[in-house]
Amino acid sequence: MTFDQILFYCLAAIAIISALMVITRRNPVHSAMFLITTLFSVAGIYLQLHAEFLAAVQVIVYVGGIMVLFLFVIMLVNLEVVSTERRFNKQWIIALIASAVLLVEFGYVIVRGGKSSLLPPVTGPAQDLTRKNSEQIGLMLYQNYMLPFEIASLLLLVAIIGAVILAKRRLASDK
Amino acid sequence: MVPLNYFLILAAILFCLGVIGFVMKRNLITMFMSIELMLNSVNLTFVAFSRHINVLSGQIFVFFVMVIAAAEAAVGLAIIVAFYRNRESLNVDEVDRMKL
Amino acid sequence: MFNQFFQVSDIVAIYPQLLLALFGLGVLIVDLFLDRPWKVLNAFTALLGIGYATYALFQIRRFNVSAYNGAIVNDSFAVYFQFVFLIATALVIFISARYLSIEGEHRGDYYALILFSLIGMNFMVMGMDIITLYIALELMAVSEYILVGYLRTNRQSNEASLKFFLLGAFSSGILLYGISLLYGISGSTDLRVIGQKLAERPANDPVTLVALVTLAAGLLFKVAGVPFHQWLPDAYEGAPSPITAFISVAPKAAAFALTLRFLFIALKPLQVNWVPMLSVICVLTMTVGNITAISQSNIKRLLAYSSIAHAGYLMLGMIAGNDYGITGIAIYFLVYMFMNIGAWTLVVAMRRKDLIGDQIQDMSGMFQKNPAAAVLMLIFMLSLAGIPPTAGFIGKYYLFASVIQTKHYVLAVIAVLNAAISLYYYFRVVVVMFMNDKVDEEKMVLSPGVLTTLAVTLAFTLIIGIYPDPFIRFAQNSLSLFQ
Repeated sequence: MTFDQILFYCLAAIAIISALMVITRRNPVHSAMFLITTLFSVAGIYLQLHAEFLAAVQVIVYVGGIMVLFLFVIMLVNLEVVSTERRFNKQWIIALIASAVLLVEFGYVIVRGGKSSLLPPVTGPAQDLTRKNSEQIGLMLYQNYMLPFEIASLLLLVAIIGAVILAKRRLASDK
Repeated sequence: MVPLNYFLILAAILFCLGVIGFVMKRNLITMFMSIELMLNSVNLTFVAFSRHINVLSGQIFVFFVMVIAAAEAAVGLAIIVAFYRNRESLNVDEVDRMKL
Repeated sequence: MFNQFFQVSDIVAIYPQLLLALFGLGVLIVDLFLDRPWKVLNAFTALLGIGYATYALFQIRRFNVSAYNGAIVNDSFAVYFQFVFLIATALVIFISARYLSIEGEHRGDYYALILFSLIGMNFMVMGMDIITLYIALELMAVSEYILVGYLRTNRQSNEASLKFFLLGAFSSGILLYGISLLYGISGSTDLRVIGQKLAERPANDPVTLVALVTLAAGLLFKVAGVPFHQWLPDAYEGAPSPITAFISVAPKAAAFALTLRFLFIALKPLQVNWVPMLSVICVLTMTVGNITAISQSNIKRLLAYSSIAHAGYLMLGMIAGNDYGITGIAIYFLVYMFMNIGAWTLVVAMRRKDLIGDQIQDMSGMFQKNPAAAVLMLIFMLSLAGIPPTAGFIGKYYLFASVIQTKHYVLAVIAVLNAAISLYYYFRVVVVMFMNDKVDEEKMVLSPGVLTTLAVTLAFTLIIGIYPDPFIRFAQNSLSLFQ
């Protein structure tokens, strides 16, 4: 086993175990913490795949931004109520069976497909994508994918407006 | 070099855990976190494919998925806060006026 | 400034969208300077933007431009649907002003969000690249989540938007998984390349089937096909009524257009696989929608289930997949926009200060109070049921005929039976209006905006029904999907 593989197994194990913790913990703060662990290990796997830029964005935006927001909201709402809830509802057996079927299907397909013809041979240009990852992504973003980038700016504006109008308290002057 | 299938299977497992978490969990915030788990597994799939076929567009897609996840998180959590202001619990079973 | 990545054709293709974005931002700024009684001017700003955008779109309608390296294509299919969205949005803005004043939430951001979601829908029908399509879909969806929860002190509105949001985000996740597999199979984000690569693969390849199933599940969530429909009645009931009118028409049409692009461009090689799957979903959607609608006592929920059933009829056109089917879907959305917004406008008009007016019983004696409104409702209900000479008949005719052409006789029979069932609940509303005595004395107040929308929707519901030829030619523009 190469070092690469050992590293992958470790990261994958951490990701899966903490993902399991995310969905089984009673306390949402614990869930959030385990989700952060998952996110970190996925970022590690990105590094393994030579996606350095995404690994950095994953840590900065996901962990540093989104998860902090999650924790913020968890703290804001009443934790007492939240933590004493029942953990699972009656649908869990159905969910488990459905997901097990889904997982077996995915797994079967991916293992089988990999051996036969799952993936096309390397089709991309013969450039080395492992070098200067951020630079190449930046170029692509502003050249080939300029339009989605612009639409994303509108999306973020909408998100700002939405967060302000939904979470703002109703002022007396609004009546 | 780790084979592509390993990454895909890891992503499939994470995706299924996300689905299980979403369907099973009765807490709004953890349901939302399960969705984040699903998005992460999708991102992992994209990056793995992108590396395998040596095309960068998969990583661009992941970048946009992260942007969208951030926007959704902002709006979704604002909705949860607004909901919470009018109701005192986050238990989904209490969204009782309408059946989920 | 211009180089190989950014050309004049790019600006031309997105010019209407640029205008909409500009006016969306304009509304936000102008809103700051308006006092409470003048908030209605925001509606005019938004309408002005839609007017300009429509004019711009009209000018480029025949250009058939492909822009941003083929990421978007402004073909006549896209142009047709954009016209539908623009008209629908304008009609909805007309009915919003008074409703928002009654709710005490009349602010400019409402109109800005509607315009931004319109931009998202427009890009959804233009997109040929999965990244653009996905971002556009989310722009539309995120704006809708906010609009559904716009009445932020109203518990029902909160709950509706919460549920809409959670299930919407969940379905996006599933959709994305399917997209990621498609990307892995083809190595490209372009729908056309994906279609070519899929055609090269052996039939019944397990990976493509999983990609197809997950993608279909995600898309079915968006169009609310059974069994992925549970979010829809709640979202429709809890949302502000003008928003319900909006999301029952425009985003649904956008989701259908997106599904058409996926099915007939990227997934075309898998047609043998998705037709049987879609047939089952179609039968379920029609039947469950209609049968559940029978037992509803709330007019909003009744119309919600009826819209699920209508999505089922629309799937007939996809299953047929021929010229008649696609024209049918296109004309059906045009017709459905007018009749459905018309019906919802009357629901909006029933909103009085102390009465939500969403129970069917609240409509009792409408004929005595306001005969004109009652007759209008009758016409919209007839049209929704698909009775000639209203427009609804033309739409249903095309869809039902398309599946007969492709020899799906069983489907056609089930669809006709469903149309018969739907008569029952549409007429129940009519009976309450005409036969029952009035419950209160309060007059219906019809604001100028509401009157405008009613006049337009009524006119087109009748004109398309009586003289459909020009509208059918208009709808045949959508056939460029196959080119």
